[in-house]
Amino acid sequence: MLKKLSIWVVFLAILLILPLLFDSIMGISILNQMAIAIVIALSYNMLLGQGGMLSFGHAVYFGLGGFMAVHALVMIEFETVTFSVTLIPMVGGLFGLVAAIFIGSFSTRKAGTVFAMISLGMGELIAASSLIFVDFFGGEAGVIGDRTFGPPFFGVDFAQDVEVYYLAAFWVFIATLFMYLFTQTPAGRMANAVRDNPERAEFIGYSARRVRFISFCAAGLFAGIAGGLFAMNFEFLTEENLNAATSGRVLLMAYIGGLGYFVGPIIGAVVLTLMNSLLSNYTELWMLYLGIMFVLTVMFLPRGFAGFIMLHQLAWHHGRLKTLALPYLVTGVPALLCAASLIGLIEMSHTEADIFHFLGLPLNPDQLVSWALPVLLTLGAGYATRSSLPQLRDAWHAANTEGKRAK
Amino acid sequence: MTILSLQQVTKKFGATPIIRGVDLDIQAGEKHAIIGPNGAGKSTLFHLISGRYSVTSGAIKLKGKPIHNRPPYQIARQGLARSFQVTNIFPHMNVFENVRCALLWSSGYRYSFWHLLGKATRLNDRTHAVLDQIGLSSRAHYPAAELAYAQQRALELGIAIAGGADVILLDEPVAGMSHSEAQSAVQLIRKVTEGKTLVMVEHDMNIVFDVADRISVLVYGQILATDTPLNIRNNPRVQEAYLGEETAGA
Amino acid sequence: MLDVFLFATLNGLVTGLLLFMLASGLTLIFSMMGVLNFAHASFYMLGAYFAYSISSYLGFWIGLLLAPVIVGILGALVERYGLRHVHRHGHVAELVFTFGLAFLIEELVQFFWGRDTKNYQQPDILDFPLFTLFGQEFSAYRGFMIFISVLIFIGLYYLLTRSRIGIIIQAAITHPHTVASLGHNVPLIFMGVFGVGSALAGVAGVIAGPVLTTFPGMAVVLGSIVFVIVVIGGLGSLAGAFIASLLIGLLQSYAIASDLGMQDLLALLGVSFERSHPLNDLWTLTLPQIAPILPFLLLVLVLIFRPTGLLGKREE
Repeated sequence: MLKKLSIWVVFLAILLILPLLFDSIMGISILNQMAIAIVIALSYNMLLGQGGMLSFGHAVYFGLGGFMAVHALVMIEFETVTFSVTLIPMVGGLFGLVAAIFIGSFSTRKAGTVFAMISLGMGELIAASSLIFVDFFGGEAGVIGDRTFGPPFFGVDFAQDVEVYYLAAFWVFIATLFMYLFTQTPAGRMANAVRDNPERAEFIGYSARRVRFISFCAAGLFAGIAGGLFAMNFEFLTEENLNAATSGRVLLMAYIGGLGYFVGPIIGAVVLTLMNSLLSNYTELWMLYLGIMFVLTVMFLPRGFAGFIMLHQLAWHHGRLKTLALPYLVTGVPALLCAASLIGLIEMSHTEADIFHFLGLPLNPDQLVSWALPVLLTLGAGYATRSSLPQLRDAWHAANTEGKRAK
Repeated sequence: MTILSLQQVTKKFGATPIIRGVDLDIQAGEKHAIIGPNGAGKSTLFHLISGRYSVTSGAIKLKGKPIHNRPPYQIARQGLARSFQVTNIFPHMNVFENVRCALLWSSGYRYSFWHLLGKATRLNDRTHAVLDQIGLSSRAHYPAAELAYAQQRALELGIAIAGGADVILLDEPVAGMSHSEAQSAVQLIRKVTEGKTLVMVEHDMNIVFDVADRISVLVYGQILATDTPLNIRNNPRVQEAYLGEETAGA
Repeated sequence: MLDVFLFATLNGLVTGLLLFMLASGLTLIFSMMGVLNFAHASFYMLGAYFAYSISSYLGFWIGLLLAPVIVGILGALVERYGLRHVHRHGHVAELVFTFGLAFLIEELVQFFWGRDTKNYQQPDILDFPLFTLFGQEFSAYRGFMIFISVLIFIGLYYLLTRSRIGIIIQAAITHPHTVASLGHNVPLIFMGVFGVGSALAGVAGVIAGPVLTTFPGMAVVLGSIVFVIVVIGGLGSLAGAFIASLLIGLLQSYAIASDLGMQDLLALLGVSFERSHPLNDLWTLTLPQIAPILPFLLLVLVLIFRPTGLLGKREE
C-alpha cells in the first residue's frame, strides 16, 4: 500500500519538476505534447490492452472532445458562458463520453474484427463528415479559440505555455490516477476477463457487451480529456486531429510502449513524442525510422518496451540480472553500431549536400569509395551482432532457470 | 422438489435435429449424470440449459422460472453455473483473479466502477477460501495459462462453483486426466458440490456410477431411460443401445 | 440524362472491377489465414510504382508483366518472414503487423520515389477514344482496364475451381489440418496465396496508376474502401466481395455524377429552411459531397444490422 502510494508521489514530483529542468520554449512545448499523448495513449490502452478491443478510430473521441473544447473557449470569449478554462479538459471529456456512449451502443456488441471494422468505418465517416459540417468543424481550416479570456484562475490567465503545462500536469495526474483505479474495480477486472474469454465471462454472470461498453465509454471520456488538453495547448483543431492518421499514431504509441502493462502507454507516449519533436529536427526520414521501429516491435517485442523490461522480472527476482550485463553489452554494442551505420547509410543516400558526415567522417556521396566504409561497417556490425546472439541466449537461459538454485 | 426441468426440448441445426424432445426433471440436491454414445447430444443439451444455444422448441425451467433462450449471463445470475469440456478459463489473468471474477456478480458488485477490489476484504477472503477448496492456494499468482492440465481443470471447476450457484453443470470434468488425477478430481467434485445439485456429462463409467444418484441415458437426442445406477446397469435396452461393452469391462 | 447515367455506369464498372481485383486477393488471404491484411492496398501502390519505374525504361507492357511478379514475390517474402513470425502472438498482433507494414511501405515509397506525384502514363497505343456516345468519349484505356480485369477473373475462377492446386486451396481454406495431414505443404500454400493475392493487388496498381495518379497516398485512398468491400460482402466470400465491389463502384460513381441534394429532397417534401438555420450544412448537403463517405456509411450500417456481411457465413 505504502509502496503504491510512493509511486504516485514520485509520479507527481516528476510532473512538477520536469518544467524546471526543461524550461526552454521548446522544452515546455514538448512536455505539453507529452502530457496530451500520455492521456490519449492510456485511454487507448483501456480499449485494447485492458479490454481487447482493437480500435482504428480512437482519435474520433479525442478530436470531438477537442472541437467541443475549442467551442467552449469561444463561448467563454464571447461570454455566452462563464467558467474557468481550467475546466476545459472536462468539457472535452464529457463530449468524448457522449460520443462514446452513442457509438459504443452498437459497436461493442462484438470484439475482434467486427469491432475493429466499425471503429475504422466510424473514424472515416466522422473524419469525412468534419469536412462537410463546416459550422462545427470549420472545414479545412479548422476552428480557433483563445484560452486567455476566461476568468483568471488565482491570477493565472494561461497566456504562458508553462502555465498550461501545470494545468496539463494536473489533468494528467488525475486522469492517470483514475485510469489506474479503474483497473482495480469490478468493471476493470471484468474488462480483462472479457478480453481473455468473452464466452466464459457470460457464464459467470456478466454480459460481455455491457462490460465492453463501460470500458469503451471510459476510454472515450479520457480521450476527450486529452482532446480538451490539446485545445488548451494549441488553441485550434482541424480535421487532422480526428482522422485515421491520428488514430494510427495512438495505436503506435500504445503498442510500442507495451499493451497490457499500465506504464506501457506512458513509455510509448514519451518515446514517440520525443521522436516526433526531436528527431524531426534532424531528419525528414524520421517517419521511416518510426515505421521500421514499429514493425520490428510488433515482430520481436509483442508486449512492447514495457513487456521487454518486465521480461527481466524473473532474472531480477533471482538476483541474476547482473549476469546479463556483459552479454547485453557484447550484443548491444555491435547492434547499435549496425543500426547507426545503417541509418547513416540511409541518410547519405538521401542527402543533397556535397559532404556527408558519416559518424563524424566527412564523406562525399558522389564517390563510390565513400559508400564502401558504411556498407562494410553495417555488414560487419550486423555479422558481429548475429554471431553473439547464441551467447546472449545462453546467458538469458541461465539467468532465468538457474535462479532456483540461487534461492 | 424439482429444481431444473426440461420439457419437450428440441434443437435443430438447420434441418438436422440434434435434441429430439427431451423431458427431464432434476431434483434439488441430486447428483445426476447424463451418459450416452458420442454424438448423442449431451454437450448440446448442456449448451441449451446454460443458454449458449437457443432451443428450437420446448421449455427449460430453473426453480420454476423459464430460462430457455435467455442469454447465459442471465441464467448464471439465477444460480446455474457450468464448466466446460475444453478448458475455458481466463488465460492471461492469474489464478486468484480468475476465481475472484467468478465471485463478483454473486457478491453484488455488478458492473461497479467505484469499488476498489483491493479493499473488498470479504470478497478476497472468499476467493482464498475457494482457492483452498480447489487446492490452488499456492498457485494463486500464477498466470492461469501456465498451470498444469489437472490444475487448469481444477480452476475450471473453481470458476464454476465460486459464485455459489445451487445448480452446477459439469461437462466431462475428468476428461484427459490420468487415473490418479481423475480420482482426486472426483474427491474434489464431491467436496465442492456438497448440498448442491449436480448435473454432469461423463464418459468414465466408474466415475458415473460412483458419483451419480440417478443417471439419464441420451441416445440420438432422446432420453432412453432415467433411473438409479443399479437399474440403469440392468436395463436391457440401455445395455443394447450403449452400455454393453463398456460395463462388461468394468 | 441518359448520357450521364450511361457514363456513370461505365465509370462505376471500371472502379468496381478495379476494386474487386484488390478485394479478391484480400478475401483469399483472409479466408486462408483469418487475417485482414491492412497492407494489401500498399501492394497495389507498389505495383503502380514498380510499373512506373520499369515503364520509364522498358515501356508500359513490360511493366505490366514484371511489376506484379515483383510485388507477388515481395508479398510472399512478407508472409514467410513477417506474418508467419507474428502469427504466434495472436490475431491482434497480426492485424497490427499488417497495419505497421502499410505505414512502413508508405514511408519506403516516399524514400525511394519521393513525395511528389509520378508522371506514370498510359501507353500511347491506347490513347484514343474507344467510342463516342452523346458527344462524350470513352477512352480505350478504360476499356482495356475492364478487359484485363475480366481476363484475370476468368483465370482466377478456372484456377480455383478447375485446377488441382485450386481445389487444394479451397480445401485448405475450410480444413487446413486435414489438408496438412494429407501431406500437402500448407505453409507453402499460404505463402503462395499471399503472394498471388499481393500480385493481384499489384496488377490493379499497374493498370490504375495512370488513371488514378501514382502518389504516396494512393494506398490510403483505396485501402480503407477495399476493407469496406470485403466486410460488406461478407468476410471470406468471393462472390460477396464481387457484388460489394460493383455496388460501391457504381454507388460512388452515381453519387458523383448526380446533382441531387438535400434541398431537392426537402423541396419534394415541401419543407424549406433559412440559410441561417444552425443545421444549414445538413440541409444543403449534396450527393457528390457525401460520395466519399457513402462506403463507410454502408459499412457501419451493414455491421450493425448484418455483421456477417451480405454473403458471409463467418461469425466470430
